Amino acid sequence: MIKRAVRIALATLGMASAVAGASDSPASLMAQYAKQAGVPVSALSASRGAALYRTEHPGRNGQAVSCAACHTANPTRAGRTRVGKRIEPLAPAANPQRFTDAAKVEKWFRRNCQDVLQRECSAQEKGDFIAWLSQAR
Amino acid sequence: MNYLLRGIGVVAAVGVAGLLAFSMPSGDAHGDGGGNTLPRVTNKNWQQECASCHIAYAPALLPKASWRRLMGGLDQHFGENASLDPATQADILRFLEANAADAGSSSMGRRVMQGMNPNEAPLRITETRWFVRKHDEVSRATWSRKSIGSAANCAACHRQAEQGVFDEDTVRIPK
Ligand code: HEC
Ligand code: HEC
Ligand code: HEC
Repeated sequence: MIKRAVRIALATLGMASAVAGASDSPASLMAQYAKQAGVPVSALSASRGAALYRTEHPGRNGQAVSCAACHTANPTRAGRTRVGKRIEPLAPAANPQRFTDAAKVEKWFRRNCQDVLQRECSAQEKGDFIAWLSQAR
Repeated sequence: MNYLLRGIGVVAAVGVAGLLAFSMPSGDAHGDGGGNTLPRVTNKNWQQECASCHIAYAPALLPKASWRRLMGGLDQHFGENASLDPATQADILRFLEANAADAGSSSMGRRVMQGMNPNEAPLRITETRWFVRKHDEVSRATWSRKSIGSAANCAACHRQAEQGVFDEDTVRIPK
């Protein structure tokens, strides 16, 4: 019990030091990802982000998958999970809660890039992706 | 929210879950409406992490061994990546185990356990004998309707599934 509590506390501290910072915004996240990629924010590209969003990849079960498959072709619209649950729109213009929590954003990039691309997305790709969604109206 | 605060929250939640586990009565838990309403038990991490792709399936619908297997393989969760940080994962598993079908805390759980072998640990609720029996009047063609998509989409037919209500009055199969 004590050992377990210590292990959990350590894991939690690890997380806390890895990502610090309260309320994030699409702009602050873009700045963060650009810095990680070692490029100026102006080098992030909305059109590369759009391509990342739309491009279909061969999925594990042979079916083509893309970000748009769940988030729909138009990111200002609500999407649907594989089980049929509604996904609120991904574009901040339609859903101001998007890209306001760095930990949540990182969690879903990690999962969804693995699922769709079979690898993690690079910092540059994440910045491009947010650049594209930020200007979607 | 500040990450450190959230971290403290996780530790606190684990603590509270621990206390709850010790004070759990062996009979029916409070809030178990009997019948087809599930006991109203909840946990913040579970609500937050297990309800984004589907409803948060009630812990009383699978035995402890199933939850252990399922939580041990979140990176390959029915073909999707649902992985979590270790602290959150441990907290959710504790909650699921404390309220599982074989935890003795709900009448729904007891019914789920009837007809299940003690060493069975199914990963799907929809493949338990209990589920199949309850749904024998639903045809194969119905399950694959576009408006339903999957038997795991409980909320397509059970309009109050998110509140844990599965009684007859709230069922409506969509066209
Ligand atoms: C299988 C369905 C599915 C696919 C495919 C998918 N997503 Fe998602 N995505 C989700 C779900 C579910 C959520 C979380 C639901 C919510 O927050 O409303 C989400 C949330 C996100 C978020 C969190 C945003 C925020 O701030 O809330 C990001 C970022 C994201 N997805 C990026 C991507 C990228 C990039 C791809 C393609 C590489 C992708 N997604 C493909 C289902 C999917
Ligand atoms: C990234 C999306 C995602 C997340 C997050 C997620 N799941 Fe799932 N889950 C799925 C998919 C996809 C299925 C398969 C559904 C199907 O076959 O129609 C599934 C199925 C299930 C099933 C079996 C349903 C059945 O058929 O009886 C259980 C139980 C389950 N999930 C529990 C959980 C728990 C517990 C969590 C939180 C730790 C969780 N899920 C988080 C996507 C997710
Ligand atoms: C295609 C529609 C549909 C889906 C999807 C579905 N159910 Fe049902 N369910 C029904 C019908 C119809 C009944 C029978 C209602 C009756 O006659 O009492 C039923 C009965 C039940 C009952 C028993 C009610 C009783 O009166 O004994 C439970 C509990 C239940 N379902 C849980 C679930 C769960 C959990 C899921 C998701 C994992 C699910 N159902 C998915 C249609 C559905």
